[in-house]
Amino acid sequence: MSIRPKVAFYWCASCGGCEEAVVDLGEKILDVVNLVDIVFWPVAMDFKIPDIEAMPDDSITVSFINGGVRLSEHEKIVKLLRRKSMFVVAYGACACWGGIPGLANNYRREEILERAYITTPTTVNPEKIIPSQTRPVEINGAKIDLPEFLPSLKPLDEVITVDYYVPGCPPTPEVTWEAINILLSGKLPSKGSVIGASNKSLCNECPLNDTKPENVLIKEFKRVVHFVPDPNQCLLVQGLPCLGPVTRGGCSALCIKANMPCTGCFGPLDNIHDYGGKAISFLGSILDLEDEEQIRKEISKLPDILGLIYKYSLPKSGLRNILRSVRK
Amino acid sequence: MREIVIDPITRLEGHGKIIIFINDVGNVDRAYIQIPELRGFEKFAEGRAVEDMPQITARICGVCPMAHHMASTKTLDDLYNCPPTLTARKIRELMYNIFMLEDHALHVYILGGPDFIVGPTSPKEERNILGVINKVGKENVLRVISIRKKLREINLMLGGKTIHPVSGVPGGVSRPIKNNELEKIKQVAEESVEFAKFTMKLFKTLVLSNDQYFNLITSDAYTHRTYYMGLVDEKNQLNFYDGKIRVVDPKGNEFAKFDVHQYLEYVGEHVEPWTYIKFTFLKKIGWKGFIDGEDSGIYSVAPLARLNVSQSLPTHEAQSAFEEMISMIGRPVHHTLANHWARVIEMIYAAERIQELANDPDITDQNIRNIPKDQPSEGMGVVEAPRGTLIHHYITDERGVVKQANLIVATQNNAARIALSIDKAAKQLIRQGQINEGILNMIEMAFRAYDPCHACGTHSLPGNMPLAVYIYDMNGKLLNVVRHNL
Repeated sequence: MSIRPKVAFYWCASCGGCEEAVVDLGEKILDVVNLVDIVFWPVAMDFKIPDIEAMPDDSITVSFINGGVRLSEHEKIVKLLRRKSMFVVAYGACACWGGIPGLANNYRREEILERAYITTPTTVNPEKIIPSQTRPVEINGAKIDLPEFLPSLKPLDEVITVDYYVPGCPPTPEVTWEAINILLSGKLPSKGSVIGASNKSLCNECPLNDTKPENVLIKEFKRVVHFVPDPNQCLLVQGLPCLGPVTRGGCSALCIKANMPCTGCFGPLDNIHDYGGKAISFLGSILDLEDEEQIRKEISKLPDILGLIYKYSLPKSGLRNILRSVRK
Repeated sequence: MREIVIDPITRLEGHGKIIIFINDVGNVDRAYIQIPELRGFEKFAEGRAVEDMPQITARICGVCPMAHHMASTKTLDDLYNCPPTLTARKIRELMYNIFMLEDHALHVYILGGPDFIVGPTSPKEERNILGVINKVGKENVLRVISIRKKLREINLMLGGKTIHPVSGVPGGVSRPIKNNELEKIKQVAEESVEFAKFTMKLFKTLVLSNDQYFNLITSDAYTHRTYYMGLVDEKNQLNFYDGKIRVVDPKGNEFAKFDVHQYLEYVGEHVEPWTYIKFTFLKKIGWKGFIDGEDSGIYSVAPLARLNVSQSLPTHEAQSAFEEMISMIGRPVHHTLANHWARVIEMIYAAERIQELANDPDITDQNIRNIPKDQPSEGMGVVEAPRGTLIHHYITDERGVVKQANLIVATQNNAARIALSIDKAAKQLIRQGQINEGILNMIEMAFRAYDPCHACGTHSLPGNMPLAVYIYDMNGKLLNVVRHNL
């Protein structure tokens, strides 16, 4: 009778990058396999739903779930996994805050479906068939179920209780390994904690941090389209909207090492609930301009504020409901 | 549906569902494959700063993020009328071939390969990476893991991140190759060529010289006569990064050759109510339903399609392997399972191209960016993803804010033919209502050969596609559900 911890993986509306991130652990996976029983791989999940249902509640030690909840089927499965698991870990940006597919929450479901199935220029659909609109679908007299495309994408903790969060898009192998070790050690931090990543901002591990003054002040924002930064100087100081100061560390500044600004995929630091709100107030605070009109002009040079500050967390935004009601 | 990950993207959320209708005498009336996955990229791209698109669209697929990143970056070049510098172009192509090689290697050894390396009729417990270890030896499997790791590390260095790269900018790349990095790249390049040649040798020994397997590859159950699409250079030779889109008919004659800017004239997408994936077809022929042949607009992409549209391959070892294939089974090749063979040939090409580029004196030049001067309005870009032709198309306002986006994702281009393959395999295998576990592997092989992104899930160790087959009678009554457990 095995008393080893049982581990499950499942993916919702994700890209597969989180799975690849786990695969990138390489030979370390074998170490993990020696310590735990992996009872489900993501892909295998669907096939074993009856098996999961048959398991006693809380019999899975920990379930790692990635991706946001976008289809009715995701909702069903994560609720089942919650019931069967002692711990649930939201793995990756999408499960934590919605991730890039969460940007879809800026649009209504009907608009998304219309774009995908009717108005895209290559689509030839004179009958205006939209897959999810005729549920269940009848083919040859049989009713075939197609999971519902939900009204919006939900981060995992809006559907089930989440015990721990592993951030990143995707989490790096190092962060993943650290998180696994914390869980295996049994020295568990308080529920709701972020595990595996740093508790400090990204700047603390950025190779350009020495070139960043204590108080950054800039006159203008620049876009990567037209600007080639000096690779040896803080990108923010040079005017690129690098989000390192408001983003949790843990990735070792990968994007910045490629001369590209941090876009915030490790999310907010502890006690910050609205990443975008924090990000925009930070960006506003570094503009060394007096005149309100000038500030407005400078901010408007950034053509997509929403996508800049909420690239990975729009579904967690306090502004979300306001935005949606304005759109209506 | 971009959202289909297929590639994986989109990936398929962990399952393909196959639905089979049985008629009164117990034979198959029709089999369907359903892809339940949609995220809405084409809508939420609207309003985004266009320079964010290479990073945003990478999230369509975490297995082939480089393909979307590159297609998107090329779309930015076009949008700003700002081609990359000579060195930037070479760095991009180097990164791209590195990605193609590691991705193909994953499929050959871990996903699709076990069917052949271990054997299609072997017990399913052995048809996975562990079976591959038993067959080819642990040291060779470790070699696969090690070479993939080295290749992915180079792309981490050059692209910022391996999963969701960030270095693509209009007119170039964000990071040059430093002189002290080149030695490592050259070493890995050399190792890659040896590794690819070794893989071909292994494929010949284990698969091609086995009559049973060879007959299976060329058997009717896995054969469809369709059109084929892929990128070629000016000499009609294979290229993953750039070129014109060439389409050949089922006889192998050129049907069309066009620049990506003309794709709207050639490519249409058909919608079915029972799945979220859209089915692409050749507009000039039209959507005629799920049938193959010259009169149907269905076409295929990915390794075999690419070889079918290529006159020859531009590198030496790959060309000899290609000639050998032609001498054994002719061309164009309509056998779906020959995709595995084509994939190994493409690995050789990718490795040789990596070596050429790593040894190109331009590669460490520091002039890696042209700066856009024109105002953006509309741009299109194309690459060959591992799983086939991938097109991005954006329309923006004068500030470079996306107004419209359209995406033709690789696995979509194979979706109709995959549906045909499922239907045919089911019809040939299920007679008088008899169904067993065997059909699952047979069907699985029919679509695994395409390496569809729905199989992203199988990019994990066990190497089996999650599959459930639902069988209905003509009255729509559910008779049976057969599941494939890992």
